[in-house]
Amino acid sequence: MHKSVKTPLIAFAALLLFGGLLNFGVNAYIQLIVLFVIINSILAMSLNLVNGYTGQFSLGHAGFMAIGAYTSAYASTQFSFFSESFGFIGIFVTTITGGLLASAAGFLVGLPSLRLKGDYLAIVTLGFGEIIRVTLLNMEAVGGPRGISGIPSFPNFFFSFSYSCFWALICFFFIWRLIRSSHGRGFLSVREDEIAAEAMGINTTKTKVQAFVLSSFFAGVAGALFAHVTNFISPSSFTFLMSVNAVIMVVLGGMGSLSGSIAAAFFITLMPEALRSLQEITGVDLRMVIYSLLLILIMILRPQGLFGDKELPDIWRKYVRKSA
Amino acid sequence: MKNTIITFLAILPLLGACTKKSNDILIGEFGSLTGNDATFGLSTNKGLRMAFDEINAAGGINGKKIKLITIDDQGKSEEAASAVTRLITQDNVVAIIGEVASGRSIAAAPIAQKHQIPMVTHASTNPEVTKKGDFIFRTCFIDPFQGFVGAKFSIQTLKAKKAAILRDVKSDYSVGLADVFATEFKNMGGEIIADLSFQGGDLDFKAQLTQIRSKNPDVIFIPGYYTEVGLMAKQARELGIKVPLVGGDGWDSARLHEIGKEAINGSYYSNHYTTESTDPTVVEFIKKFKEKFNETPDSMAALSYDTAKILAAAIGRTKELTPKNIRDELAKTTDFPGVTGKITINADRNAVKSAVIVQVQGPERKYISTVSP
Repeated sequence: MHKSVKTPLIAFAALLLFGGLLNFGVNAYIQLIVLFVIINSILAMSLNLVNGYTGQFSLGHAGFMAIGAYTSAYASTQFSFFSESFGFIGIFVTTITGGLLASAAGFLVGLPSLRLKGDYLAIVTLGFGEIIRVTLLNMEAVGGPRGISGIPSFPNFFFSFSYSCFWALICFFFIWRLIRSSHGRGFLSVREDEIAAEAMGINTTKTKVQAFVLSSFFAGVAGALFAHVTNFISPSSFTFLMSVNAVIMVVLGGMGSLSGSIAAAFFITLMPEALRSLQEITGVDLRMVIYSLLLILIMILRPQGLFGDKELPDIWRKYVRKSA
Repeated sequence: MKNTIITFLAILPLLGACTKKSNDILIGEFGSLTGNDATFGLSTNKGLRMAFDEINAAGGINGKKIKLITIDDQGKSEEAASAVTRLITQDNVVAIIGEVASGRSIAAAPIAQKHQIPMVTHASTNPEVTKKGDFIFRTCFIDPFQGFVGAKFSIQTLKAKKAAILRDVKSDYSVGLADVFATEFKNMGGEIIADLSFQGGDLDFKAQLTQIRSKNPDVIFIPGYYTEVGLMAKQARELGIKVPLVGGDGWDSARLHEIGKEAINGSYYSNHYTTESTDPTVVEFIKKFKEKFNETPDSMAALSYDTAKILAAAIGRTKELTPKNIRDELAKTTDFPGVTGKITINADRNAVKSAVIVQVQGPERKYISTVSP
């Protein structure tokens, strides 16, 4: 078997085994958090494609996630074809549709705005993210401010886990292979020096739009997963803060490191939950204070993020070479 | 050194997974202890703590002490969902109390229903909440009733003919109250001359208020929360709008007057109870609350106090302590003498009780009238 198929399959099998253990070993609360970690990983990895690898600053990721979430939630609550037996095909179709609609929105947003750079782009994407949210807020068909409740959940935890892992792996290996292809080198060259890239014959706007569309697709997928895991979504779930959270994960993990994004997703999701126990002991809610302090501390100690632009294998090799 | 700190930070999240077993009756609470409407969560938490402390001081329920586990949902729906999942599966509570905001109760209720754990909301007035399943109860009246109360009061006491509505489109609560007010006001012979919207978190309402001013209403119905209402009152008076403002229990906070200052004086809102009542239960409650927390209890505190007492009474009636038995006993609650009136749980698991209308006079609230269902 070719290596490009073998590695993802091995990784998937390993994750399935882990999921099987989690299925019996721990309670629903911990399972829920594990699912949030996976969803946040997809979100962080997809944003890393734009913010890390292509060097554009997008602040509207929650908007694309919202489109994916609403598409999947709407389809599975409105059409009996999906909701009656929320079978595998139904789930797959709604997730893909969510992703595709999100990437279509990414295309619409990206085309005019990616001609801008830096701060301007950040503000425009922020604006678009808010436009999406406010549109949903005022659409009575999707419940307006009340959101959509009673979204069917996945049949069981093992299914949700393996299905989320499936998408996380697709996202991971897709971006991993992309960055090492000639297209991907184009992305990196735009990040390093746009004028030089243009001089080498790269259509920089087209490249940026491509990165944006791909990134939006996976954000939409993450949104669809989110909708079925929480069973309830409303526009207030996808505020500006959600986008900021995604950016924090990318920056904390390291711009241009997929392993970093995953590690940061772990950290950002687990930290507030873990600190709840601390609150029980101390009796005061210091959760958000400690959480913010930790973030500040990490950024001071490691301004380049946890992994910098290195991946786990790079660090492993460096460590082995040092000790040998 | 640097690496040690980083390693420590990395493993810190893993240290949080320790729980302990106890003989106490565990009751879970989720509420907005931080976030936009934090005063609600803090008040309800005080009310619950006071009620359970009293019960524990008197020897607990059938010899068992009650332990309240509180989780902050930061006023976010998805946090409410994970908070309730945690309470049920991690902390193994037998019953759950919460939330004030209907949106968050609606997010949490299906989870409680799925795990067959009774959930009692103290102040979620949206009708949808208890429709989520037969384990979901409430001890307050529902939105249609407050909209009805607002309409009846405006027509009968204020003699209003023309009303304007300003609704917060972002909030279930506000939309629910506004819809019922509009229907009832028309049914009682009034006319709705403007129905405008804003969003929770807005700071400027001059555009909507100017439009309302041009139509000369007799009364403006604002089913919002205290922050926006305070600002609106100020801006309305600046624009020269003098008609009374009428609202619901979302106004009930000490911050209302801090934000609105004298502009909010003379406005009316419907509420669950009033501190001016001469009912001995209420007088006793207010006295004890002041002793304990050194502040006047708002209606959220009173409601959560009643909820805690109703839940404790139901637990006390169970022969064997299981969530299912607690549910069955909760459903049998009849004429419970609470601080917020006599409470009966009906077949839809909603509370049947009356509402009071109060007038804002500085930090004080003047009792105007009681409106029955």
